[in-house]
Amino acid sequence: MLRIANGRVYDPQNGCRGELADVWLHDGRVVSEPPGGEFETIDASGCAVLPGGVEIHSHVAGAKVNNGRIMCPEDHADHFRQHTPVTRAGCGYTVPTTFMTGYEYARLGYTTLFEAAVPPLTARHAHEELRDIPIVDAGCYTVMGNNYLVLKVLSDPDPSSRRERLRELVAWLLWATKGYGVKIVNPGGVENWKWNHGVTDLDTPVPPFGVTPRQIVSGLAQAADDLRLPHPIHLHMNHLGEPGNIATTLATIHALSGHRTHFTHLQFHAYDVGERGGYASGAPRIAQCMNEHPEFTCDVGQLVFGPVTTMTADAPMEFRLHHLQKNKWANVDVEMETGSGVVPLVYRPSVLPNAVQWCVGLELMLLIKNPWQIFLTTDHPNAGPFVAYPLIIRLLMDLDFRRSWLEKLHPGVKRVSCLHELTREYTLDEIAIVTRAGPARALGLGSKGHLGIGADADVAIYRLGADAQSMFSQPAWVVKHGTVVVRDGELTASFSGRPLGVDVQHDRRLAPDLAEYFEKYSSVELDNYVVEDEYVPDLSLVACG
Amino acid sequence: MPDTTSSQVPLENVTPRPTDITVHRSVVCTFCGCLCDDIEVEVQDNQIRKVKKACLIGRNKIMHSQSNSPRPTIQGREVSIADTIAEAARILRTAKFPLVYGLSSATTEAQKELVEIAEILDGNLDNPSSYCHGPGVMARQQVGLATCTLGEVKNRADLVIFWGCNPMESHMRHLSRYSSQPKGLFTGEGRKGRKIIAIDIRPTATTKAADQFIQVEPGTTFETATVLRALVRGLKLGISDDNALVAGVPLRVWRELAEAIKSCKYGVIFFGLGVTQCRGRDLNPEQLSVLVREVNDFTRFYAIPMRGHGNVAGCNQVMGWQTGYPLAVNFSRGYPRYNPGEFSVLGLLGRKEIDAALIVATDPGAHLPQDSVRYLRDIPTIYLEPHNNTTTGWATVVIPVAPAGVAAAGTFYRMDNIPLRVKKIVESPLPSDEEVLRSIKEKIVHAQDC
Repeated sequence: MLRIANGRVYDPQNGCRGELADVWLHDGRVVSEPPGGEFETIDASGCAVLPGGVEIHSHVAGAKVNNGRIMCPEDHADHFRQHTPVTRAGCGYTVPTTFMTGYEYARLGYTTLFEAAVPPLTARHAHEELRDIPIVDAGCYTVMGNNYLVLKVLSDPDPSSRRERLRELVAWLLWATKGYGVKIVNPGGVENWKWNHGVTDLDTPVPPFGVTPRQIVSGLAQAADDLRLPHPIHLHMNHLGEPGNIATTLATIHALSGHRTHFTHLQFHAYDVGERGGYASGAPRIAQCMNEHPEFTCDVGQLVFGPVTTMTADAPMEFRLHHLQKNKWANVDVEMETGSGVVPLVYRPSVLPNAVQWCVGLELMLLIKNPWQIFLTTDHPNAGPFVAYPLIIRLLMDLDFRRSWLEKLHPGVKRVSCLHELTREYTLDEIAIVTRAGPARALGLGSKGHLGIGADADVAIYRLGADAQSMFSQPAWVVKHGTVVVRDGELTASFSGRPLGVDVQHDRRLAPDLAEYFEKYSSVELDNYVVEDEYVPDLSLVACG
Repeated sequence: MPDTTSSQVPLENVTPRPTDITVHRSVVCTFCGCLCDDIEVEVQDNQIRKVKKACLIGRNKIMHSQSNSPRPTIQGREVSIADTIAEAARILRTAKFPLVYGLSSATTEAQKELVEIAEILDGNLDNPSSYCHGPGVMARQQVGLATCTLGEVKNRADLVIFWGCNPMESHMRHLSRYSSQPKGLFTGEGRKGRKIIAIDIRPTATTKAADQFIQVEPGTTFETATVLRALVRGLKLGISDDNALVAGVPLRVWRELAEAIKSCKYGVIFFGLGVTQCRGRDLNPEQLSVLVREVNDFTRFYAIPMRGHGNVAGCNQVMGWQTGYPLAVNFSRGYPRYNPGEFSVLGLLGRKEIDAALIVATDPGAHLPQDSVRYLRDIPTIYLEPHNNTTTGWATVVIPVAPAGVAAAGTFYRMDNIPLRVKKIVESPLPSDEEVLRSIKEKIVHAQDC
């Protein structure tokens, strides 16, 4: 048993905003104060006690992440850690090795994470890597927005059989891949790339089934609702990163109105067109729309200046990025499912589009009023590495600090962004929402993101100080499953977290016509497609409903 | 001795027959990078009786997987497996600069144990790709690689180029399953609808199966790829005569090839060691990758390395996610460092730097240069292997193991990096690689702690 004593508890889910209180942990859970018995005490005087952080969107495991690792040795050479009696060796900055990923997340106080995009055909790979990310509990989203089985079902003209069959198929895909949620990446656009067709708008019919991105997103949103999945569709929209893409973003948002939806890395989708066709912030209009739709959540995908390794299933977007800086480019078309691309980049404050992107992220964070609707991410490692979270937290909490950063940007940015006019400063309570309570709620994780009785014994304890960046860079203690894993920034213990899955009810069989179609055109047998239980030992299933 | 039953998994797709023959379907063949996963194996009384659908090599590999195991030996003297494990741990923990090498036909589960052993020993870690497709990996680190899965080739490719590879003899079902004959979603005519071109220095079974064979002079891959880049981009070559020879082939042939590349809908180059081990090494696949990249301004065009050993792609993946680097890793400073040449197997052996070796799932006696083999014979070499081969006769410690994909389950990655689960379809009295390696690791750690 562990007592965290005398700390100021920030537990927004349960209405605690820095009250002095003790937190008791026993058997991996938060418990009420026991009548007696042996216990150890952590003296958290002068500290903020928060639930463990919950990462809702990060590319940390699987085929394209490893493609990035293998492709970018220059990312690793200067960032490494030696093995110790309790930890493995590792290296990497924007694409760290699996062990290093777990340690670095834990060192920031994060205890749960979700890998953002896993194609079913390589799901085994993602699970192999997730098992090698220590400490954190982890799940992944299954990519479906360009999947042939999905597109085939969506082309069914009968609306009621279409809806029923899609629900069954989504349930099967989640089970077969041991995925947690439905991911959609550039719906239809990745398929169009393989045909060397041009741009994909919301109503562009996509070969070979002629369905449109609008049909894909609304069909999958409906299926996620029908299955009562704990997390709604997790949507990366069309036209990521292009100036003027707010038109598509707003149209998509309207198309989904009424459905629960999580819009991911919204920063990349909130650009207006400025003078001479350049980038301008569209954040105010997007924020207004989010403020009018409480059924939606989003994560920001905040830009961080410096090197990144962009990686996404959005293959055509990566090809564009390659042409931008002529840097190395990897692409993998994945049969009947999706594609992917990897391009390393450097974001610079002196480059106007980068400066605008940086402002757009912060504007969204400051203009979306309800912190339960927007969460802190860097779409790691696309907009920046996750290790930059403490810096971003300070930018949100400290107006003077933010203004000092605005001075470093390309001067043109003031013409196309309103960030310099915004004076909101996040409170610690709001930071606790956007980094743990909010994501946990959006993910439907009842036992995470809070410190109520019965919650998981995952706790991050930070020394209260004037400088939020230092405070969040080095927790005094991080507790995972009731065990102290980090003390003053050093790993003191390491063990495997639990895989997180979703408990969808269905008969575990693919519809015969889809099975026949798959067998005929896939390069693997259907039997060998389904991820075996061996890859997710001790799987923790979250209930639907 | 490790518990040989602990890795037992439930047998899948089992159809009992009155004769007590069990038929296992969707079995994955572990021989080459194709990882054909449609194999049928009949087992009776724990003996493999019949193998269907596999190629000649795959069928023989599976049929004979249960025989010809080496005996557990230390310096040629037969001992128990437990003794070999103890001796292996002793050798490794007392070595100053050991090498962990092989991995390419082991499961990823065993490969992870090998990474950890190399890390605990602060030693070196390498796999055969450093002298096979390693230059292709290094090219990827320079310029990236545009590629696709084998199912995309089957469903979409209307132009396939085999460059410096001979899958008809090395990957025998490659053409029928993926790259030439199959009738895919948008390739309904199968072989008829695909243009197949082979580029090689001599006629092979593959060049004979192609629509066009371009016979080039040896050592000209870089030159050829460069000319193709220029032609695809429409640059002036400064050669006016269309019959002038480039790489021993008239320019007009290259011009036609460039046109075929630009005008296809979905083209794929499969490249082999003829590209990666040609003079200039990584510069060849690098130039080829840039060619492929530039063609994507016109159409979809990709390259896939024709990876050899069953799980050589997997060992690049495992080393990638655990150490950050796909080959040639050193842990002397307690963290992974990467330097092909310095830390690759041939460099370490050529300079006689290592003082002990742990070798798993490859046959150095058959693959490495004679000098390297001679040096390995001079130092303590620990060798895990399911079958007698050119190394089992001389390795200091020989530990027989159950063959992966037949008597041990685990994960293999196909040449296009698609992970598949290989199955356990018979019981073996021998432990798996993974089990032996875990025991060795635990013994080393235990000794370090004492």
